[in-house]
Amino acid sequence: MRPMRVPFGPPEWRIGGVRFRAVAQPAVIGSRIGRRTIGPASSGTSRSSLTEDRSKMASIRCFLRSGKSAVSVVLRREFSKTSPAAVQVNVRDALNQAMDEELERDEKVFLLGEEVAQYDGAYKVSRGLWKKYGDKRIIDTPITEMGFAGIAVGAAFVSQLVLTRLNHLLLLCFQAGLRPICEFMTWNFSMQAIDQVINSAAKTYYMSAGAQPVPIVFRGPNGSSAGVAAQHSQCFAAWYGHCPGLKVVSPWNSEDARGLLKAAIRDNNPVVFLENELMYGVPFDLSEEVMHKDFVLPIGKAKVERQGTHITLVSHSRCVGFCLDAAAVLAKEGVECEVVNLRTIRPLDVETIEASVMKTGHLVTVEGGWPQYGVGAEICARIMEGPAFNYLDAPAVRVTGVDIPMPYAKILEDHSVPQIKDIIFTVKKVLNM
Amino acid sequence: MSSSAVDVDLVGNVILVAFCFDRQEGRRGKPSADRWRPNSMQKMLTIISNVLRGSARSNGAQVVSEAASLVVASRSYADFTPEATFDIKKVDLHRLEEGPPLTATLTREEGLKYYRTMQTIRRMELKADQLYKQKIIRGFCHLYDGQEACAVGIEGGITLSDHLITAYRAHGYTLTRGGTVREIMAELTGRRGGIAKGKGGSMHMYTKNFYGGNGIVGAQVPLGAGVALACKYLGNDQLCVSLYGDGAANQGQIFETYNMSSLWKLPIIFICENNQYAMGTSVERSAASTEYYKRGDYIPGIRVDGMDVLCVREATKFAAAHCRSGKGPILMELQTYRYHGHSMSDPGVSYRTREEIQEVRSKSDPISMLKDRMLSNNMASIEELKEIDIAVRKEIEDAAQFATTDPEPPLDDLCSHIFANDQPFEVRGATPWTKLTSTS
Repeated sequence: MRPMRVPFGPPEWRIGGVRFRAVAQPAVIGSRIGRRTIGPASSGTSRSSLTEDRSKMASIRCFLRSGKSAVSVVLRREFSKTSPAAVQVNVRDALNQAMDEELERDEKVFLLGEEVAQYDGAYKVSRGLWKKYGDKRIIDTPITEMGFAGIAVGAAFVSQLVLTRLNHLLLLCFQAGLRPICEFMTWNFSMQAIDQVINSAAKTYYMSAGAQPVPIVFRGPNGSSAGVAAQHSQCFAAWYGHCPGLKVVSPWNSEDARGLLKAAIRDNNPVVFLENELMYGVPFDLSEEVMHKDFVLPIGKAKVERQGTHITLVSHSRCVGFCLDAAAVLAKEGVECEVVNLRTIRPLDVETIEASVMKTGHLVTVEGGWPQYGVGAEICARIMEGPAFNYLDAPAVRVTGVDIPMPYAKILEDHSVPQIKDIIFTVKKVLNM
Repeated sequence: MSSSAVDVDLVGNVILVAFCFDRQEGRRGKPSADRWRPNSMQKMLTIISNVLRGSARSNGAQVVSEAASLVVASRSYADFTPEATFDIKKVDLHRLEEGPPLTATLTREEGLKYYRTMQTIRRMELKADQLYKQKIIRGFCHLYDGQEACAVGIEGGITLSDHLITAYRAHGYTLTRGGTVREIMAELTGRRGGIAKGKGGSMHMYTKNFYGGNGIVGAQVPLGAGVALACKYLGNDQLCVSLYGDGAANQGQIFETYNMSSLWKLPIIFICENNQYAMGTSVERSAASTEYYKRGDYIPGIRVDGMDVLCVREATKFAAAHCRSGKGPILMELQTYRYHGHSMSDPGVSYRTREEIQEVRSKSDPISMLKDRMLSNNMASIEELKEIDIAVRKEIEDAAQFATTDPEPPLDDLCSHIFANDQPFEVRGATPWTKLTSTS
């Protein structure tokens, strides 16, 4: 019997007078049962075409299939009776709360890494968790990445038989093993452990022909910081995005951080979660629905952060903010940029990018990592190979970090990463302005 | 201690003069254990007895000034003890029949040199702390104060033609390995006068036979073994000192390095600077065995008091002799302590108490220990050491001034030094239209 994923919680509930419906999102089944992301209230909502019964049947159907599908729950607003109350949460706290809620929800989730417990986290992301959950679930490790990454993957291997309830059915099924969250103090140190991430975590489900899932999350800050020099500033989005079997996620704001981390923890697959140190302290407004403890964002779905008509800017992580800033400046000159926040590096949401390019006819990708064999390179190649190519009015262009190891001196460091002026310059070049 | 305070009555003057002569004055060639009175001392005693007899009542001031001139005259450097032998702590041994000697001989010159170097490191680190808080230094800054005896002692046991590599707490070693305070501070502030032209920063400083400054914990140890391999290969009788901390000691690559360097008998000294804490994790919480000098298993090891510069020096000499005789690697654990937190972003008191830090500072400070030894054995005077302090302070101030006023590196330097010995080539900038050039 293959291990299966049992959906948690009721398929429908209420929050503050608003009725929410759980819609099953099977990864393998060809039918698209309302795959929409949650955006701000103003981005328009649409009714699900399913009735309640159909959605319940969809849930049961998908978990009765083999454990290939991760049933992620997507919230959809049925009607808005009350406007959502906004709470200011910075990215660090969003990650902290997401982990706290998932630790509370599922006993099999645990966190290990350097200084995560008694020190409250090197960047304070795991503040308060050790006090609340104790030594068993929040584990301080020695400075031995290869070792503890391997230990984390091994812990994720062990599955057990459990008795669970789904609505009116009592089921006996395998549940995937423990659900470790393995923190790397920065992703630079993951190079010491990369064999465990790729060879032991990413490839195992394939090599075992589906017998051994690895429900693990690797997380930590990625990319450039401020003044930490060459060995501590590399972006690993392209490295990990290269590998089948891994899901690679790169949140930008607090909503992304919260929803995607929860989704990653609930996902039965190894997920590489690339945070950004410079975003940790940045606050964002979060609506009530985002603050709900079952709020998750789908992995593999990009979000259009800003609608536009003249050019598409595709980015991930901190550079999304730069794109929005550049778009604001360009709007004054009459150029309306559509900004797409990738949210996930692998699987890449090519459809959203294609739809946008087919609308605007121009594409610029923006990333902090190095240009050669990078995220932008992949996006450009895919657009070329797909239907959107015929809609391009100019070659697609990448804005990237400079192709050098990160220098230490401030003036050099500032010139090593893409700046807002680089984005504006590139947009104008592409639009022939 | 000055004998020029003459504003008290005669009795007071007598006491003052007598106090001046509490300091022992030795003569060249005699060990410190002997206390004896040279002629000047006898003269002083005569004066004192005259005074006490009251015969000097009328010319008390003159007496004191006479005494003062004698005191000044007798403070010539020829009267300092040139060399003294000290008992040092016994080291713990692992797989060794005998260890370093139990006594260490220190000459006056060496003592002053060690004092000056340790004081320079101390002041430089404190200045870096200050500059960091003023945001003139940014990024990572891992300070070495408290551990000065390790850097200075190790250098005392090897020569500049030997090699050394360490982790990120490297400012002290950059200095002992030939860097200047100016270059180091300018590197911390990211200026073109920095030892790495501003491109490396705190953790990436290099000098001749000093391979950094390494950011990835534990990675420097195999690198050090590689340097040792090259030394053996080239047959130059040099060795490599490879340092790591108690946190890094658990790294797998270190054990791999132990194996290969033993197998191939590489001239490497592994040194574990055990300052009790790996960032916020104490040794008990991170290591199943905290006897780091034994962790090399088949590699002989010694555990040394890392707060005593003489202990460290003798142990290093012993280890260097072991390596150079072709016996292969040896492991040294230096028990030391850092006063600051792990880095400038760590206050350093969430995982240890202020009392603990204070206790180490008062009982085991390496600079104080050396100072007390030298003063109590008349190897230097307090004034002399104060002068050194002042000179060091000035040096640091000048360096800090340079480090804050030197301009940042030029933008032309952005892409240089990617490849060595290559033709200049084009580097892609942030956009495809930003074409930059890399020169070697």
